[in-house]
Amino acid sequence: MLKPKHFFLLPALLTLAAIILFPLLFTVRVSFSSWDVYQAGLNYIGGKNYLRVFADGRFWESLMRLSSLSLITVTLQYVLGFALALAVWKEAKGQRIFRVLFLIPMMTTPVVMSVIWRTMLHESLGPTNDILSMIGIGPVPWLSSAAGAFISVIMVEVWQWTPFMFLLLLAGLVSLPKEPYLAAAIDGAGPWRTFWQVTFPLMAPVSIGAVIIRLIEASKIMDTVYVLTSGGPGTATETPSYYIYIRGLRDFQVGYSAALSLTYLVLMIITLTIIAKLLMRFLVGKEA
Amino acid sequence: MRRTYQTAKYLCLLGWSTFVVFPFLWALSTSFKDANAVTSGATYIPWLEFEPSTKGWQSLFSSGSQGINIVTPFINSAMVTLIASVISLILGTLAAYGLSRYQFRAGFVKNSDITFFFISQRIMPPIVLAIPFFLMLKEIGALDTIAGLVLVYIALLLPIAVWVMIDFFGSIPPELDEMAMIDGCTPIGAFFRVILPNSVAGIVVAGMFCLIFGWNDFFFAFILTFTKTQLLPVAIVSLNSSVTPWWSLSAFALISVTPLALVAVVVERFMSRGSLAGAFR
Repeated sequence: MLKPKHFFLLPALLTLAAIILFPLLFTVRVSFSSWDVYQAGLNYIGGKNYLRVFADGRFWESLMRLSSLSLITVTLQYVLGFALALAVWKEAKGQRIFRVLFLIPMMTTPVVMSVIWRTMLHESLGPTNDILSMIGIGPVPWLSSAAGAFISVIMVEVWQWTPFMFLLLLAGLVSLPKEPYLAAAIDGAGPWRTFWQVTFPLMAPVSIGAVIIRLIEASKIMDTVYVLTSGGPGTATETPSYYIYIRGLRDFQVGYSAALSLTYLVLMIITLTIIAKLLMRFLVGKEA
Repeated sequence: MRRTYQTAKYLCLLGWSTFVVFPFLWALSTSFKDANAVTSGATYIPWLEFEPSTKGWQSLFSSGSQGINIVTPFINSAMVTLIASVISLILGTLAAYGLSRYQFRAGFVKNSDITFFFISQRIMPPIVLAIPFFLMLKEIGALDTIAGLVLVYIALLLPIAVWVMIDFFGSIPPELDEMAMIDGCTPIGAFFRVILPNSVAGIVVAGMFCLIFGWNDFFFAFILTFTKTQLLPVAIVSLNSSVTPWWSLSAFALISVTPLALVAVVVERFMSRGSLAGAFR
């Protein structure tokens, strides 16, 4: 029995379910098989792949790396994005030009800009080391040392996605009510106190939303790593997505990579849910 | 005190602007270099520091061994992005309207669960679906075709459209629908005649996000296409792994990011009017 309301919802719901659910169920089934490059097929081998996941140190290391990578980048993006949004929030000279400029990186294709960043970070021919040498800092092995590669990935991620934080936070600032500011001004609060007692609490819901969205996106990080460092040197910048890609689409261990990716997905959902709940409790003081 | 603060603020803004713009300026400068200029170390200003050449730009439009064809990947990218965005927008707008105006119930599943199902797709790491998508498209013969990519991109973009539009419809008072229906519109008629014309701002914002995420996706295009249907990001990465002609690479990069960099102007305009605020919550 089709009512008008079904006309609205069903097309999208059925389309998405058809595109997503079949592959997802298929992945679940494959993860219990030994499908690999030598033999494709859905033979049932029980939980062997999952036992292998638990013993796979490289996978757990990549997860730890992803955690620190996303925590550092999202924190930097939030602080920088908030500062920039505050700077161009009120009337200021050249306000609109700055706003447009600050938005541009998030509109550009991550892999394409990573290709450019790769040339910029080139040890002997790139401008980064050239400029650093002008102030007397020796050639930094940006992409060939473990620490350098890690910092490079963080830098490119901050360059690319701070604008997203900036956009969400500025949109939040623009729609703030005026009254609390009048009250603060009457109380004689300075800019510092006004920020911590009025702006920051009022912005808490927007902040939580922005941080969670960025954490979700950061947990999938892969494009930048693929182009910039290919997970290297060694496995210094390898993220779970990239490791699963190597196992699944390079070594073609389809069964094992399915088990890896489902483990990854479940861990992501659990972690992100916990983080979201904690943020809600601390910043808004109520249950989600 | 206030003066120092203002000066510091502008210094920071200029510092960040330099950081933002530098990669583009570097790419612009590099795109006019030749092999000599690139291998002799970092240089920035044409004529002064190196003799500019247009080889990089020419190679993008010439064919043959020296040429890199940018036109076909550009058209492919544009087609996949536009088709997938339009389909996602139509389906997403309808679904968001349904979810914001009607109660759905199937067992323990309620409206909020359906909304969560849509939005939660953004949590899914692309790699989880990559292999099944590959096998699925192979099965229906859609591997390495535009149609196959469009199908996958709908799954990518539909959640974004639903997410933006649900919040947008939440800001349109339901009384508007009721008035239209009192005037004799059917529920579907009310949507098309009254609500839709009032939703242009929301649809533009949702559309922009679809375009951004569609145009900028690399992973699915990389895995699901080979040579017949190459999209821009994939084409540039394959260029990167070969001998790396920096001049062509830079020119290629600039052409592929310019269309969307222009979108920033539109986004800023919407933000100044406060129209974006309703879209993010």
